[in-house]
Amino acid sequence: MLLKRLSEAFGPSGQEQDVRAVLQEELNDYISEWKRDALGNLIAVKPASSGPRVMLAAHMDECGLMVTHVDGAGLLHFRKVGGLDDRVLVSKSVVVGKKRVAGVIGAKAIHLQKPQERTQVIPHNSLYIDIGAKSKEEALKMVNIGDYVVFDTKFGEFGTGMVKGKAFDDRAGCAVLAEVLKEDYSMPVYGAFTVQEEIGLRGAGVAAYAVDPDLAIVLEGTTCNDVSGADEHGYCTHLGGGPAITVMDASAISNKKMVAELVRLAEEHNIPYQFKRSITGGSDAGRINVSRDGVPVVVVSVPCRYIHSPVSVLQLSDFEHTIALVKLFLRSIEGGFRV
Amino acid sequence: METKEFLKQMVEETGVSGFECRVAGLISRVFGEVCDDVQRDVLGNVIAVRRGEGDGKRPSIMLAGHMDEIGLMVTKIDERGFLKFTQVGGIDPRTLVSQEVVVHGREDVLGIIGLKPPHLMSPADRNKAIPMHDLQIDVGMPVEKVKELIRVGDVVTVKRSFMELGKDVVACKAMDDRVAVAVIYECLQELKKLRHVADVYAVATVQEEVGLRGATVSTYGINPDIGIALDVCHAAMPGVPEQDTAPMGKGPSLAFGANIHPKIYERLVEVAKEYNIPFTPDPTPAGTGTDLWAMQISRAGIPTGLISIPSRYMHTSVETVSMADVKMSGRLLAYFIASIDAAFVEGLLCY
Repeated sequence: MLLKRLSEAFGPSGQEQDVRAVLQEELNDYISEWKRDALGNLIAVKPASSGPRVMLAAHMDECGLMVTHVDGAGLLHFRKVGGLDDRVLVSKSVVVGKKRVAGVIGAKAIHLQKPQERTQVIPHNSLYIDIGAKSKEEALKMVNIGDYVVFDTKFGEFGTGMVKGKAFDDRAGCAVLAEVLKEDYSMPVYGAFTVQEEIGLRGAGVAAYAVDPDLAIVLEGTTCNDVSGADEHGYCTHLGGGPAITVMDASAISNKKMVAELVRLAEEHNIPYQFKRSITGGSDAGRINVSRDGVPVVVVSVPCRYIHSPVSVLQLSDFEHTIALVKLFLRSIEGGFRV
Repeated sequence: METKEFLKQMVEETGVSGFECRVAGLISRVFGEVCDDVQRDVLGNVIAVRRGEGDGKRPSIMLAGHMDEIGLMVTKIDERGFLKFTQVGGIDPRTLVSQEVVVHGREDVLGIIGLKPPHLMSPADRNKAIPMHDLQIDVGMPVEKVKELIRVGDVVTVKRSFMELGKDVVACKAMDDRVAVAVIYECLQELKKLRHVADVYAVATVQEEVGLRGATVSTYGINPDIGIALDVCHAAMPGVPEQDTAPMGKGPSLAFGANIHPKIYERLVEVAKEYNIPFTPDPTPAGTGTDLWAMQISRAGIPTGLISIPSRYMHTSVETVSMADVKMSGRLLAYFIASIDAAFVEGLLCY
């Protein structure tokens, strides 16, 4: 399954090459023209002579860590890459660097703590990765300063009709985009797999500049907090409710006609859909929207619980419905679209 | 079986305190291969015997490593099928966040203890550790299905695969104290090559994490001449005073103090020196926090000794130990057993 391979690929912001390789291999038979740029964006081109030039974007990078120091005891100290909550780091297994060295992030034993310590967050700069090395020299034979680190999480089935894995933000979007690109359309379509979203939407801006699209759809795995104990108005999205259409977030306001067309198509074809009900967070749409002289954008997302943590969850029906809705949208604008 | 493979199988198996049945089955099978007899007692302790040489009355030595692990227990299934839980044994709730877990219901059910994403988290909330009563397990199923598979009282373990870190270190949940059972196994293998007159009772005890209960009854049942407990101790790591720890990979830690018979400590030290096995002496004024605390006051009193394996990150899901320490601890234990005769046992009563 493509989503499994994407989820398990090693690709923190700035080191997306594994994800790129998975996507190129998957789409090899469908894409005749690939564009690459200086930042590492991978753009699948489906050329056509008429109709609007459409850019679809999903980011390949995930949140992770970077080794910044190896101490005398052979322990690796790190900084965060992207928005990780310090609290998700404790008591986890990780994979370090190009050699994929196994490591663990431990914590002081409960026996050695004062009760009040247990109420405090352990800041990431006092945690470290243990790779079993007994000295700095031994550690440096296994890893290098600057090595990237990701969580060691296996993709798998979860509950009823769900799957779990790391980095669904945004490998879910990458998988949707890959499926959409397997079909042919009568207008030019650019599938941009972007880099560095998690550290400031940096890949999407340069990709949009190069593609110069008439309109763009950003595909995301987005926040979903539909869990017990949360207020329903704070769910943001809910699993099983279908693709989430963003009206507005902190980075961009979606084009109203594109939103309306997605809603019309979903209702006409009985595809469940929902609006994203939070205006926090941003996406690649923020950069694409303001590229050159402006690009109309809309964000369509697969709701994912527990993003930016070692293990996220999505419902497969939402994933399938997102693919279906995006394809329908592309078909509907083949003859042109007035934004 | 290689000791490392046995350890891997044990730590990946489940056995929360009071629910040790699955790991006990594994240990019974493997101990059976190197012992003359294996029994289970009323509380579930696995007691294997390897008899010594000779037809007369032989000294008896009990080895105890606890096979139970810390875990969670389901206390409520809410109206949406999310599970609330409490702890079995001492757990820092900060180690549970964003963890995959296995709920041991009618079948094993995968669960996730999730955290609200940072996008929706207020800055004030971000600075607070989340107490256990605010955590919950998501099993991704409709509540009717959850109730078919899971009941209040079911136990839960963190899902973690055995990891090899570098050449010597291994990591997983439940190293505390299955690594001790691995040391006992290593010792039993070593004893096949040695001559020993003592009968060896290899015991994988239950319910240590909730109050040393397995050791209490198994020591009474066996009534050994000598009781040796094996447990983990804190390995050196940043943020922990050096005097509370032992270095990893440099042999076992040997405790001495009130909980340990001085002549047994002396013999362990002599044997270690004779066979060039490195160790770290561990002065322990009162309780050792191990099965040994219960063993020592069984019946009319038992002469005791303690061998500890240094481990980092105790009671997290990534406890680490050194396989070199396992090997050295097993050898020390075997040579110690081979050195014991009736005269030594008699001497234990002479202070």
